Amino acid sequence: MIDDLTDTDLAAMATAVAPVDRLPLDRGVAALVEGEPVAVFRLSDGAIYAIDHVEPFTGVPVLARGLVGSVGDVPTVASPLHKQRFDLRTGVCLDDPDHPVRTWPVEVADDVVHVVHDPHLHSSANPEGPPC
Amino acid sequence: MRRRKLLVAGNGMVGQRLVDRALATDLFDIVVVGEETRPAYDRVALSSWFEGRTEDELSLCGPDVLADKRAEYLLGRRVDAIDIDRRTVTLDDDTVHDYHELVLATGSSPFVPPIPGHDLPGCFVYRTLDDLAAIRERAEGRTSGIVVGGGLLGLEAANALRALGLDTHVVEMAPYPMPQQLGEGGGRMLARWVDLLGVHLHCDVTSERFAPGEDGSVAALHLADGAVLPADVVVFSAGVRPRDQLAREAGLEIGDRGGVLVDDTLATSAPNVWAVGEVAAHRGRCYGLVAPGYAMVDILVARLSGGDERYEGNDLSTKLKLLGVDVASFGASTADGDDIDEVVYHDPVNRIFRRLALDAATGRLLGGTLVGDASGYELLRAVTLGDVDQPAELPAYVLPATVRPPADGELPDNALLCSCNAVSVGIIREAVADGAGTVGDLKACTNAGTSCGGCVPALGALLKTELTSLGVAVSSALCEHFDHSRQELFALIRFRGHRTWAEVLEAHGTGRGCEICRPTVASILASLSNGYVLDGDQAALQDTNDHHLANMQRNGTYSVVPRVPGGEITPDQLIALGQIAKDFGLYTKITGGQRIDLLGAQLSDLPLIWQQVIDAGMESGHAYGKALRTVKSCVGSTWCRYGVQDSVGMAILLEERYRGLRAPHKVKMGVSGCTRECAEAQAKDVGVVATESGWNLYVCGNGGRSPRHADLLATDLEDDQLVQAIDRFLMFYIRTADRLQRTSVWLDSLDGGIDHVSDVVFDDVLGIAGELEADMDRHVQTYECEWKATLADPERLSHFVEFVNAPDERSTPVWITERGQKVPG
Repeated sequence: MIDDLTDTDLAAMATAVAPVDRLPLDRGVAALVEGEPVAVFRLSDGAIYAIDHVEPFTGVPVLARGLVGSVGDVPTVASPLHKQRFDLRTGVCLDDPDHPVRTWPVEVADDVVHVVHDPHLHSSANPEGPPC
Repeated sequence: MRRRKLLVAGNGMVGQRLVDRALATDLFDIVVVGEETRPAYDRVALSSWFEGRTEDELSLCGPDVLADKRAEYLLGRRVDAIDIDRRTVTLDDDTVHDYHELVLATGSSPFVPPIPGHDLPGCFVYRTLDDLAAIRERAEGRTSGIVVGGGLLGLEAANALRALGLDTHVVEMAPYPMPQQLGEGGGRMLARWVDLLGVHLHCDVTSERFAPGEDGSVAALHLADGAVLPADVVVFSAGVRPRDQLAREAGLEIGDRGGVLVDDTLATSAPNVWAVGEVAAHRGRCYGLVAPGYAMVDILVARLSGGDERYEGNDLSTKLKLLGVDVASFGASTADGDDIDEVVYHDPVNRIFRRLALDAATGRLLGGTLVGDASGYELLRAVTLGDVDQPAELPAYVLPATVRPPADGELPDNALLCSCNAVSVGIIREAVADGAGTVGDLKACTNAGTSCGGCVPALGALLKTELTSLGVAVSSALCEHFDHSRQELFALIRFRGHRTWAEVLEAHGTGRGCEICRPTVASILASLSNGYVLDGDQAALQDTNDHHLANMQRNGTYSVVPRVPGGEITPDQLIALGQIAKDFGLYTKITGGQRIDLLGAQLSDLPLIWQQVIDAGMESGHAYGKALRTVKSCVGSTWCRYGVQDSVGMAILLEERYRGLRAPHKVKMGVSGCTRECAEAQAKDVGVVATESGWNLYVCGNGGRSPRHADLLATDLEDDQLVQAIDRFLMFYIRTADRLQRTSVWLDSLDGGIDHVSDVVFDDVLGIAGELEADMDRHVQTYECEWKATLADPERLSHFVEFVNAPDERSTPVWITERGQKVPG
């Protein structure tokens, strides 16, 4: 968390989503960030992640309605449409690295979750082919 | 070795396989001459084009194949002449190409019998994609089809004509279809299957002439027995002839019955000229199947690369799915006579025929035919080939898999699993040992199961056996987070009285869970009457539809399905639903379960819609849950002249008792007021059919992907006996089934099958009847409409907002109008 930012700085750089305790645990909510739909997830260990709300396979804004889980140590959300899983930390799609989503930095100020206007697209991990 | 120039005449499946294999050696520069304008495609799966498989999907030449610079494809061209001395060929565009090696893979062409009128417009053969396109165009707006020839391809063509909407007749000279492969018993059983499809089979009769209609195209077929059949579309499928014209003109030796004569090295009578596939006559015989062609290719490429392999001929055993029916023949399949002992299983009810032909003197298996159930084929075939010792209990193998206890028949490595691509059991074993862990992996690594797909179930079974024997646990674990099966987890949660996800994960799981275990635990907690499904941490477990108590559609909007118990609805309720649809701009459709689906609702509108539904005296239909859906009924004795019981009343009683009951998968029921069975109850998980003296109870039926008729569990039950039996049955299913396992599949996997279910439900052999009833009673007592429960609580309601920081905003899906209603664009 960046504590040295003033409220004015934050207001210019980020959009308020909701008070932390209004975000359900291990579930997502959708928010509008400068007109773009963003999915914000609060996990039961306290971590908060934001990724694109638009599901990249169909272009439909639904990712916030997916199920949160884990693959090994990777925190994930599974698309509510066809269950492709996305790494909440990087936006990489574990089931098809050609369809990543962007991640958005999250800041909490005065117990309010903010999404910073600075999305990132991580380059996909190298896909593993069939074992032969 | 120096690079050599290989010229391949013909670009069918075998020709392309030759190109692929030759390129893999990197010893050749290749020129391929193909008569069709498109590169090679899967002719074995040709019919699937009618079912929507595209040309691209059928193609055997992906962009990477065509981009390979070492092979040049001359398509839409034909080799017209060979100059053997100069080692050149001349194409139909007069260009001349030289070669070091020339391979003839020109295949065969359909034989069209010289029946008068055979060349009228509207008559086709069934060989290329162009043929199929022409057939489809001709069928447009027409009503009747004829297939001449009741062999394998003829029946497939008949199925295609039927699927095009034509009333289809098949004319076969033999007394039954597929005489050479199946013999009389198998052929006659196949005829029953054909009949079931609605295709009219005329056997033992010849075609006399085709007569044209007013427009000059074919209109009728006159049979030798005097019958006249309408014939808008005619397809000839009366066998094939090798396309050996080119070889004849070049002076190559030709087989007695046609085909380019080759020796065991696949060499023709001319130097540096070879032949493979259906055009090759090996030991005087031409093969009309792809597998021998592929085998020849492997031998020839090895030879051309310096090897000394020889082609010894192919066994003609085949197993395939014909018109959705498993059909197989192996070895001397139709062997008959005094020196043959036959073991026959003949079941006309389930349309299964299985025959094993044994040498009467030695008892050795010589061959056989399997129709309707081809289980055991791989082993039986391996026995006839001498690849595996004949099991002592061999005659028992005549029984179909459903009757026979699963034998532990260890297949030898050289037994063929996928005959289309000649993939042996050994190759699969090797791939599994190298790490292939799914059927998808095996397809990618070995090509097995990628042509006709008929071996995929056998592939799956072998994979499981191999993984087990390699010590890879084929575990019943739910997922990486729980080592338990659903059944074990259910018992643990019930016994320990867990009420939250946190408790369950802490006590039995690891990690954060996932999209598999979370909904499973949600369902178990709900089945055990754990209250409102979105309260506490259960909210984080519910799958897409349960999470918003509505069904998400492909554009992110939802459908709303109010409960209509027994399908009985008042005019006022109908009007109310119509008004709601108008107010919220919803698409409406009647469901298969006698209710009304309102589609296209925005997330934020759901509570408003529910409020109006509840105001009209209706409630949630749980279409979003793996739960009881509907109890379908006919009008019964209240209205019907034939009804003997009040089926609507019973349907409503059952629907109101079991509404909201979460289960491993959805549960559908039906109640019919007499044995005419208009409610189709025997296709349901629980089916009730009225008799003069009570109710017959059927269980574990299913429609959908794998239809299954329900099994009769009890007869002539009184009302309270019926309810008690269903209480116990449903709770037993809920306790013991796997996740997403319908009752039909559950029953098949249950030791003891329907008899065991009966023992549990009626004789209480497990001593749990009291528990099952108590669990159901708790469900009935604690049921509440989930929509009403949501509307009554502002906290719960706050969850139904699309954007948490902009409650008045909503996404804007694209809509178009179709038949007067809006649908996703």
